Amino acid sequence: MTRHDKIYWAGFGVVLAVLIIAPFVLPIFWAKFLTEILIWGLLAMSSDLLIGYTGMISFGHSAFFGLGMYGAAGALLHTSPPNLWLAILAGLAGAAGAALFVAYFSTRLRDIYFAITTLIFSQIFYVIIFTWTAVTGGENGLIFTRPHFAIPPLVDVRFTPAVMHWFVVALVAGSYLLLRRITRSPFGMVLQSIRENEARTRAIGYPVERYKIVSVMLSGLFAGLAGVLYAVQNEFAAPDFVFFVTSGDTIIFNVIGGIGTLVGPIVGAGFFQLLREMLSRIFGDQFPYLIPLGVAFIVMIIFLPQGLLGFARRWLNR
Amino acid sequence: MEAVAQFFQNIPVDLLLIQTVNGIVTGMILALVASGLTLIFGIMDVVNFAHGELFMLGAYLGVVVLATTGNFWLALVVATLVVAILGGAMQILTLRPLIGRDPLNTILATFGLSLILQNFALWEFGPVSRKLSEPITSHFNLFYLQYPWYRIVIAGLSAAMIGGFWLFLKYSKFGVWIRATTQDRVMAQAMGIPVPWVYTGVFALGAAMAAASGVLFGPLGSINHTMGLDWVLKAFIVVVVGGMGNLGGSIAAAIFISLLEAYASIWVSPSQAVIVSFVVLILTLLFRPTGLFVPTPK
Repeated sequence: MTRHDKIYWAGFGVVLAVLIIAPFVLPIFWAKFLTEILIWGLLAMSSDLLIGYTGMISFGHSAFFGLGMYGAAGALLHTSPPNLWLAILAGLAGAAGAALFVAYFSTRLRDIYFAITTLIFSQIFYVIIFTWTAVTGGENGLIFTRPHFAIPPLVDVRFTPAVMHWFVVALVAGSYLLLRRITRSPFGMVLQSIRENEARTRAIGYPVERYKIVSVMLSGLFAGLAGVLYAVQNEFAAPDFVFFVTSGDTIIFNVIGGIGTLVGPIVGAGFFQLLREMLSRIFGDQFPYLIPLGVAFIVMIIFLPQGLLGFARRWLNR
Repeated sequence: MEAVAQFFQNIPVDLLLIQTVNGIVTGMILALVASGLTLIFGIMDVVNFAHGELFMLGAYLGVVVLATTGNFWLALVVATLVVAILGGAMQILTLRPLIGRDPLNTILATFGLSLILQNFALWEFGPVSRKLSEPITSHFNLFYLQYPWYRIVIAGLSAAMIGGFWLFLKYSKFGVWIRATTQDRVMAQAMGIPVPWVYTGVFALGAAMAAASGVLFGPLGSINHTMGLDWVLKAFIVVVVGGMGNLGGSIAAAIFISLLEAYASIWVSPSQAVIVSFVVLILTLLFRPTGLFVPTPK
């Protein structure tokens, strides 16, 4: 273990410990707020695998997130007693289905066209969910009650906010470590070489399309997990979250936090949610917080393309 | 076979014709929107995510000017000019610093612009939809329908604008500059063409076309702050199906898709008819990813 590794793991441990202690210290509102930031962070991190590592911008992550939500909701409504693990499985299956569909068609196109087609495909899922009222509840969405957190035969507890928080922390931390491992594996190296020079990667002999499809699917699975967690946390699945706005937010988290860093998007999500909360507390609910955020977003793209984390890293290294 | 024949016999011919007219009218507006998008993309390599918001802003400005002056055609001209100036300013402030960077940066920057414009509209005009009243209220008989002349006028006006734009590209000095910049940016600069200003001009022109179509479309539907996304999505589909950066292809694709949607909405609700254009897009991507309306490369 090098010195850098030691510092890294020490930092990781400290952050994890802080997150675990948080529900004891924070008032209930802020504890829930933190849980949601982590869920949005997971969604943003999943999209970072595409933006930051494979060099493809997805404007369609709402589809994976939403299918995760609806998959979980469907499983919880149709099984009795509702089973958490089944819900996660169903949500992941839904997201994987959507991801396979999007990946198969969108990866035929590159760069900007990939971005456009992911947007259009996510909108297909939105239209289907919004109009297929019999199954998805249409505009009203699906409402269910939270299942127990059970690992038979060891544990069977109700999902208090604190248990939910720890559950989310565990899954997000696990996903982070998994994604970090993926991006550092030979597979991840190929993804990064596609980002740097697609033609050369193809010339070396890597089946670029297959790598792209797998990376979109992996990204979709993690986004789906975020959707499942969000559904379980809030006890509903709503078509609003399949709409483009969710995908847009995901992009904003990434750019603000710093693409290609995995941690950055979580920081970005936290920064975005905090800023929104602050602005609406100071100026009222009607305040169009996205106007100042949009300006900040453009300024960051022009002057600070590495995002907050990249900036901080450069500043620390100075 | 029996059932298929029965199905075709049951299609009402008059309804089909009415929907053909409807499809061509919306197709022409869509063509105007999409050709602005294609122009900006073909010349600057910029996907203008905020194009739908410029359309929306044009429609809102039309409402405001019409309310103060009472003249629809004045509203059309003022809204177009104001949005053109706004578009030029947007290009100078956000896209010019990004010239030479990865094109993906520009889609992010224009996405930021669309966020700002959309929320500005929500803040300024509120969440309630607005209506724009038609300047021409007379009708003519189309089977059992009283068909508004205004729709025919829009289709004609859109066609005229696209035609005028084509002539402009072909014969005017600025048009020659634009085409030269498309072919070879560096060489054009060497020949003394002010390339950064060509970019600004092109963006302003594209914005003007979006705003004009927004005002023209205004009387046909309701105007709200989220309408931009619907239109930009449709325009994106048109641009991909029509072949990228290809003006003629975009126009053909716009009319083709609008006709299909119009026919589909004979049987299903309009919100589900959108799926038809998605299906066209998927089929295009499967069998002809370079676009339906481009000649096969030899």
